[in-house]
Amino acid sequence: MIMSALPIIPPVAIIAIAFAGAIVIALAASRPSLRDTLCWLFPLPFFIAILGYIEPVVSGAGPTQTLLTLVPGLDIAFAARPLGLVFTLLASTLWMLATPYALGYMKKGGYQNIGRFMACYAIALGAVAGIAFAENLLTLYLFYEILSISTYPLVAHTGTEKARAGARTYLAILLVTSVGLMLPAMVWLWQATGTLSFSSGGIMAGQVSDTTAAVLLVLLLLGIGKAALMPVHRWLPAAMVAPTPVSALLHAVAVVKAGVFSVLTVALYIFGLDYLATLITQPIMLYLAVFTMLAASLVALHQDNLKARLAYSTVSQLAYIVTGALLATELAAIGGGLHMLMHGFGKITLFFCAGAIYVASGINTVSGMDGLARRMPLTMLAFFIGALCVIGLPPTGGFWSKWYLVSGAWEAGYFVVVGAFMLSTLLNVAYLMPPVMRAFLRPPPSDDPVNYQVNEAPLLCLIPLLITAAGTLVLFVLADPAYQLLSLGVP
Amino acid sequence: MNLTELMPFSVLIPLIAAPLVALLPGRVAPWLVASASAISALAIAVATWIGVSQAGVLRYAFGNWPPPIGIEYRVDAANAFVALLITAMAAIMLIWGRATVNREVPERQGAFYALFLLAVSGLLGITLTGDIFNVFVFLEISSLATYALIAHGGDRRALLAAFRYLIMGTVGATFLLIGIGFLYIMTGTLNMVDLAERLPAIGESRALQVGLAFIVVGLALKLALFPLHLWLPNAYTYAPSLVSAFIAATATKVALYVMLRFIFTVFAPEYSFSALPLAMAFTVLAIGAMFAGSWLALLQDNLKRLLAYSSVAQVGYMVLGVSFGTVLGLSASFLHLFNHGLMKGALFVAAGIIFHQTGSVRLDSLRGLGRVMPWTLTGLALAGLSLIGIPPTAGFISKWYLISAAIDAQQTWLVVLILLSSLMALAYIARLVELAWMQPRPADAPQVSEAPIGLLAPLWLLVLANFYFGIDTRLTVGGATAAAEALLGMGG
Repeated sequence: MIMSALPIIPPVAIIAIAFAGAIVIALAASRPSLRDTLCWLFPLPFFIAILGYIEPVVSGAGPTQTLLTLVPGLDIAFAARPLGLVFTLLASTLWMLATPYALGYMKKGGYQNIGRFMACYAIALGAVAGIAFAENLLTLYLFYEILSISTYPLVAHTGTEKARAGARTYLAILLVTSVGLMLPAMVWLWQATGTLSFSSGGIMAGQVSDTTAAVLLVLLLLGIGKAALMPVHRWLPAAMVAPTPVSALLHAVAVVKAGVFSVLTVALYIFGLDYLATLITQPIMLYLAVFTMLAASLVALHQDNLKARLAYSTVSQLAYIVTGALLATELAAIGGGLHMLMHGFGKITLFFCAGAIYVASGINTVSGMDGLARRMPLTMLAFFIGALCVIGLPPTGGFWSKWYLVSGAWEAGYFVVVGAFMLSTLLNVAYLMPPVMRAFLRPPPSDDPVNYQVNEAPLLCLIPLLITAAGTLVLFVLADPAYQLLSLGVP
Repeated sequence: MNLTELMPFSVLIPLIAAPLVALLPGRVAPWLVASASAISALAIAVATWIGVSQAGVLRYAFGNWPPPIGIEYRVDAANAFVALLITAMAAIMLIWGRATVNREVPERQGAFYALFLLAVSGLLGITLTGDIFNVFVFLEISSLATYALIAHGGDRRALLAAFRYLIMGTVGATFLLIGIGFLYIMTGTLNMVDLAERLPAIGESRALQVGLAFIVVGLALKLALFPLHLWLPNAYTYAPSLVSAFIAATATKVALYVMLRFIFTVFAPEYSFSALPLAMAFTVLAIGAMFAGSWLALLQDNLKRLLAYSSVAQVGYMVLGVSFGTVLGLSASFLHLFNHGLMKGALFVAAGIIFHQTGSVRLDSLRGLGRVMPWTLTGLALAGLSLIGIPPTAGFISKWYLISAAIDAQQTWLVVLILLSSLMALAYIARLVELAWMQPRPADAPQVSEAPIGLLAPLWLLVLANFYFGIDTRLTVGGATAAAEALLGMGG
């Protein structure tokens, strides 16, 4: 295989590529052409290095590395596992696509401070790699916080009063939950078990009382605010004040998937699925996730602002993955992992389209999209495919993740959850299809400025969104390798 | 010369250099001699630290008078650790502070640097000595020097601040002296080791109890433990930048160290905690400090005053660690003592640079400053992360140990309070970040430029130290644990 020819570099080096990229891009901020070249350049070695991990992880010997020992038993350490590999593959692939999109969008939209913007973007991706390859909860927490902080300037990028208020909500909720709930849960866990390492089957069974474990589950699930479980989901709609490339890569993929990745990791490797199923708070949190899934869909129905609608849709879809983790069966956990991948591709396509529509036509509401397909046929086609993926219809990858999630719920005997998945799918149709219908079937408004002329977004924006849309179709065929890879990591 | 004989010179070099510096004319010579003596003190402190980590305890008897007759310096892991902090801060601050002193104290700089050296020497003397009367003497040396240093502030309110500090500080020192008197009357000795041997024989005694109470209250005043902190905000706000930065990073820490020395070494912890309701008192006052300090910090419109109130809150964390009375709790206190020195040092240095460049530290003048002075403000923000306790900073390690200690001592409810107060720190730091970056620079704002590299380099040294000690914790955690064990008499 070609994969085996790829170099395998330590996890720290992968993170360092992204961080080094951030520094170099920041230093080149005043020279636009050099800066752009660097932005194009850094995602490539990052992606190739992660590709190099596929072979060792599949053969069961993912690279590991201990960077530092803080106290005996408490390390900053890394270990590549299947779930983390899927997450980084997703993030690094989409980073390569989001970079040209971001450059095209920011220039067309006349945004300032592109150097700072792209540098923070790179830091966020480095933090994602750190989260994905973390060997223990402390390392994960470390990079989780770096991700929160590095994305704050991105949300507040435009510096208007509205952007500042949104960024304040964003950072406040993320830090209050992580510092207020996740950190004490982690210290408590450390005091009780003497380890924070992720290991198959969990570290808690037999080490802590059932009551403690039940409380820890609640603390951790709400403490991982990036998973946007209600009632700590408000930061995600607030983050929509950011320029669309941020919403696309970070608030549809990197940040939110870091949240659900953490939830899956905690469920699999801290609690262990078998032990998780015995806790008294497990059904409570499961139904909270189901509630989030349905309630967020209902809220999405009423959003006229396209990005707000997509944001609430993300809250709902994240709850799918949390539900998958909390069903505590292997099939559902794999389904959750797959959904991370599929929804990532689908949702970034939708956001790319929303941004393209905004820069090309200035439209940001659903009600303004009448007849838009005549002006932006390719964008709307991609939007349609992305919507199919998020709804979970063939021939897109989203079909498979939903298939396994529903099967997992069925296997666990939670028929209410099966019903909720179905209901939510119908709601997905109800909030994602109207923009498509309006664009394709309704006539454009009579005062249409370009009057039936094709007027697509710049190529730098258009091509990435077509690639991600095609990606969702490819994933329909390639779902099996992803499934095989994920099942390696689920005991 | 062997290490035991070298060790006292970290106190003596600044002490001897001080009168010399006072006589030197001009601006360059006093600064050079002061910096050189601070750096030599640092070198000796490093050597002492290495020596202590190998030998355990270093003792030096002045004039070859054997203790308890003569004065003895007795250095173990606890004071070597604190001495390291003091000398490192003194050296960095002096190198950094030259430009700020030129601006804020244009005349008679010889006297200013001489006072600074006296303050350094006094703090080091308190730390290294093994004689309780000597503690009082050095406390007065450092305090008197500090009052005079604060009075050098350009604002007229500096005089009032110095005067208030003088009144409060003298009350504290007097309380300490009365306490020392009680101990001397009861035991006939002033040597700490000797006292520790003789005190248990006395048993239950009202006089000892009163003595301990006087000492604890006197030192609580010096370390600005809520509600005895009233002197601190004005003193930090109106002092010259160099002085604010140095005393914020060291002075309260030394007072805390010496209080711990009394509670844990001179009196045994079993005695201290049973003779007086210290655990209870420290818990309540620490919580009061954490919340009152953070709350008042939120209300300030002056950067230095905001940081000063934040110090009041941070002293609360250190005292909270002590209140558990466990090795882990005490380690957490020492760890935070060191880490807080690093973060507050960096923050006050940044404030000093802002004052040097813009002539104001009012929060209004920070508007939009992030784009004009990116290096300074980024340093400020990163040190702020450490203050909040976000990984990978030193502040996170402090919080981690403090929370661990609270859970270990089965005081889980305190975890909630620690976190709530951290979130208040988040609020006031976020406010600074927002002012500096997310608001436009007012049109009528004065033209300012980024500070020269000479001012920025020490700031970034401190900022990077905050990150370094958040990642590599061997020195800090190892040192703090050794210090706690030395105080509890477990390290030998």
